[in-house]
Amino acid sequence: MSNPEEEDKQPDTGAAVQKQINRRNFISFGTFAVLGATAFGGWKSLYNSAIETTGITGGAHKPLRRALNKSELFFRNFFSNNHLVKTYPKSMAAKKVRQNTSIGSDSKLDADNWRLQVKKLSGEVLAITLDEIKTLPKTDLVFDFKCVEGWDQIQHWGGVRFVDFVEHFRLQPETKLNYVGMETPDKGYYIGLDMDSAMHPQTILAYEMNDMPLPVGHGAPLRLIIPVKYGIKNLKRIGSINFSNHRPHDYWAEQGYDYYSGL
Amino acid sequence: MKTIKEKHSLVMRWTHWVNFPILTVMIWSGMLIYWANDEYKITIFGHTYVRFFPDWYYNLLHIPARLAEGMAFHFLFMWFFTLNGIFYVAYTIISGAWRELVPQKKSWKEAWLVLLHDLHIRKMALPQNKYNAAQRIAYTAIIVMGIGSVITGMAIYKPVQFYYLTWLCGGYHFARIIHFALTLGYVFFFLIHIVQVIIAGWNNFRSVISGFEVVNEEPKTVTEE
Repeated sequence: MSNPEEEDKQPDTGAAVQKQINRRNFISFGTFAVLGATAFGGWKSLYNSAIETTGITGGAHKPLRRALNKSELFFRNFFSNNHLVKTYPKSMAAKKVRQNTSIGSDSKLDADNWRLQVKKLSGEVLAITLDEIKTLPKTDLVFDFKCVEGWDQIQHWGGVRFVDFVEHFRLQPETKLNYVGMETPDKGYYIGLDMDSAMHPQTILAYEMNDMPLPVGHGAPLRLIIPVKYGIKNLKRIGSINFSNHRPHDYWAEQGYDYYSGL
Repeated sequence: MKTIKEKHSLVMRWTHWVNFPILTVMIWSGMLIYWANDEYKITIFGHTYVRFFPDWYYNLLHIPARLAEGMAFHFLFMWFFTLNGIFYVAYTIISGAWRELVPQKKSWKEAWLVLLHDLHIRKMALPQNKYNAAQRIAYTAIIVMGIGSVITGMAIYKPVQFYYLTWLCGGYHFARIIHFALTLGYVFFFLIHIVQVIIAGWNNFRSVISGFEVVNEEPKTVTEE
């Protein structure tokens, strides 16, 4: 429409110019109306699109879930173990650590009988005590914990890096799979992690907060701290760990949240 | 005699009108997300003037408790917003249309005179090409703001993988504040834009849909009907 040659072709009588104005108005406004109506219809059908049937994920409009999964694939390309979350001096860590929910850890903790169950590929199930975990090298991490809600807080956690844990208990064959699943002992809260994120050098199984044993409200006796994910993946009171090539079930992914939820 | 004067290219019109609904969805879904941690307010000397947002506003727009839905919409439409923006900027650069758009040295001084004229304080309008000085500044600023929204958005979306962007934005907190403030900026821009479009009239508005303006030219020779 902005073809400069049109200038030359322009008729020189007023009536002809008016005719051309009318013609171009008709075409452009017609196109505008049709495209506008199509866009509105498209929006309506997206807004009213069916909610996915709850399986591993749930609660999201089907097309939006597809988009979340595609976006995950795109942004996974930027993931690297060399991209570390920013760390802070201990003095900057919050003394009053925010506690958002207690899903999965509402029942009374039986600390003496607690064991971390690790389901190996062979079918063998390891039952690991907290003391055993504490014999592994301890890693402290002071970082900005980020909640999917939008708040964040600098917190200090201590525990064993997941990579160190894997090495010690000889879980290398398990880490060849694509996903790690973790559940609370009562199975009330459960999360799934892509293996890359789980094996990130800053992912830790934490048993300390601010140099003290974990309080019950913060996931005693052992919780996950994974800085490359939102808080929703930082499972408290881990009861069992399993490995799979498919996405393990995930509490918040069933509620319409992105499965990946990576930072 | 009436003549057709070409004004806006098809790409400019297309990207302009495509952006409008996309940005609307981004702002709406952004509010669904913001609600979950709505901590921003304007407080001066201990008195809070504006709280983003009051309950009546949330309820009116059915915003509460839709975080997951908001994120799902936001992370789909972010692609359209970004791609449409890239398309527009690339076109502007390649076609040379940026010459009519980017502020010139004199624009900063002239924009002031344009403002005075628009407020009916100064009588004479400045001579201009496609855009006047104030428009050059506004239409360039809005693109810079768009780029800012994408960068601060990425800084919040993947603060570990794009840590350098988060750093560039002054940290996670500040990135989120800029992201929010830019959105207020769009709303402000929109209000001024609408008023200006109404004042400028039909001929101007039509040009953003059909691409041309109709101008009355003095006949060069004698014959006029």
